[in-house]
Amino acid sequence: MKVLVPVKRVIDANIKVRVKSDQSGVELTNVKMAMNPFCEIAVEEAIRMKEAGVAEDVVVVSAGPAQSQETLRTGLAMGADRGILIESDQPLEPLAVAKLLRAVAERESPGLVILGKQAIDGDNNQTGQMLSALLGWSLGTFVSKIEVGDDHYTVTREIDGGLERVRLSRPAVITVDLRLNEPRYASLPNIMKAKKKPIDVLTPAELGVDATPRLTTIRVVEPPAREAGVRVASAAELVEKLRNEAKVL
Amino acid sequence: MSILVLAEHDNASLKPATLNTVTAAMALGDDIHVLVAGHECTDAAQEAGRVMGVSKVLKADAAELAHGLAENVAPVIERLAAGYSHVLAPASTYGKNIMPRAAALLDVQQISDISAIESADTFTRPIYAGNAVMTVQSHDAIKLITVRTTAFEAAAAEGGAAVVEDVGGGGAPAPTAFLGHDLTKTERPELTTARVVISGGRGMQSGDNFAMLERIADRLGAAVGASRAAVDAGYVPNDYQVGQTGKVVAPDLYIAVGISGAIQHLAGMKDSKVIVAINKDEEAPIFQVADYGWVADLFQAVPELETALESDN
Repeated sequence: MKVLVPVKRVIDANIKVRVKSDQSGVELTNVKMAMNPFCEIAVEEAIRMKEAGVAEDVVVVSAGPAQSQETLRTGLAMGADRGILIESDQPLEPLAVAKLLRAVAERESPGLVILGKQAIDGDNNQTGQMLSALLGWSLGTFVSKIEVGDDHYTVTREIDGGLERVRLSRPAVITVDLRLNEPRYASLPNIMKAKKKPIDVLTPAELGVDATPRLTTIRVVEPPAREAGVRVASAAELVEKLRNEAKVL
Repeated sequence: MSILVLAEHDNASLKPATLNTVTAAMALGDDIHVLVAGHECTDAAQEAGRVMGVSKVLKADAAELAHGLAENVAPVIERLAAGYSHVLAPASTYGKNIMPRAAALLDVQQISDISAIESADTFTRPIYAGNAVMTVQSHDAIKLITVRTTAFEAAAAEGGAAVVEDVGGGGAPAPTAFLGHDLTKTERPELTTARVVISGGRGMQSGDNFAMLERIADRLGAAVGASRAAVDAGYVPNDYQVGQTGKVVAPDLYIAVGISGAIQHLAGMKDSKVIVAINKDEEAPIFQVADYGWVADLFQAVPELETALESDN
């Protein structure tokens, strides 16, 4: 079975983002970039499927600027077999990405597309669901456990009330949540090996996809700041303040 | 044009998130229809009809809609959407699962997790875990939107008298089967709608120690939450998690116990009206957003707080 893993290049999760003074977006120049943390979990799971003998070919795919090759190399260093870059300098919205991924899935015919439930930049939480709709495939979102069957997947989903189990027929789209696994770090020999693994470069036009944005950004601003308040020294003082000052008890 | 709201429900009753979504819809128009897609969901549909501001309830009742699978519910939205300017759903795991699937069927770029409405086509939403706030204008003919429920008041659950209209089922069965669920049972209020929330972090050291927080929660009528660290450590189930990737809460009072205040946790609670932090590390980032900070060992502080609340009554 082939597994397709879409991955996204985002600002490193440990960097504090800064809003540009012209309100056009957040500052990306000279900012450390990395693979979206949820994507790392998806790559890890695909590699574990390969190690367990249920997947033969793990393909990482990314849509974005030329530098997204670095993100693909990260996936290859973790253990993916090859990469596909859909190169675009235009900002890509989730619907456009889903259309690009559909075109790749139709070429590659994977038994599974596994991806992060959201990217930590736009926090949209849409791409996997949209891809499943365009392909007409089974969908499992926010997944914390996967059992691979002969012609299906049994997955556990993290939902607001607790956990839910569903059976997805193959092929399927799965979006992963935090507790699915702990992604590995790539070793130095594997980072070196990854440099020789193939990456195909395609464009939206070659895939026949119109990726024109549907949304216009009006402005991006800082959220209202919250100021630190006062310190209390005892439970009695805290309860008194909550009752008489904040009036929330 | 009319506005369609996707109700979140369990067939027997509506989830409170539906009420906040109705309020967001009222900012866009005054003819608000609520879609209740489920199986044997007459009770939930009638409850939706009593919500103030709702003019019509569309009941899609079919066996394949029983468990709210996106593969079955999205085609119902697709079929009905043509009559509406906007389709809204709560940005809960229910709405987040279904709405993008419907949006792709309709070739619409969804707008996720809106926190404010500027006009019929312009919306504000948090990005980067709430570290930036973006305003976007949509050029799609129909707007598909998920709503950050803590940013909108709940509509009154009683007082409306909308008619319930049957709109048929979801069509062909999907390639996905519901197997079962394991829902956390609690008598306490839901995290996302509770007036008071008390959350524990890694500092709690074990799941058993959460009993201290539960006693205070029961005294205050509060919900119990947790940081990602406490959930990852296995102290409490996943549905306790407050944060960017868990639940977003904005209660009148949020009490953070043994929580350092990682960015991703702050993203889920910093819109709370009053924040209390109890932590023995006085450098913990949680104190930068707390209205009342108490630097103390939680194993002494929490029992003291319980006693102080008792004698306060």
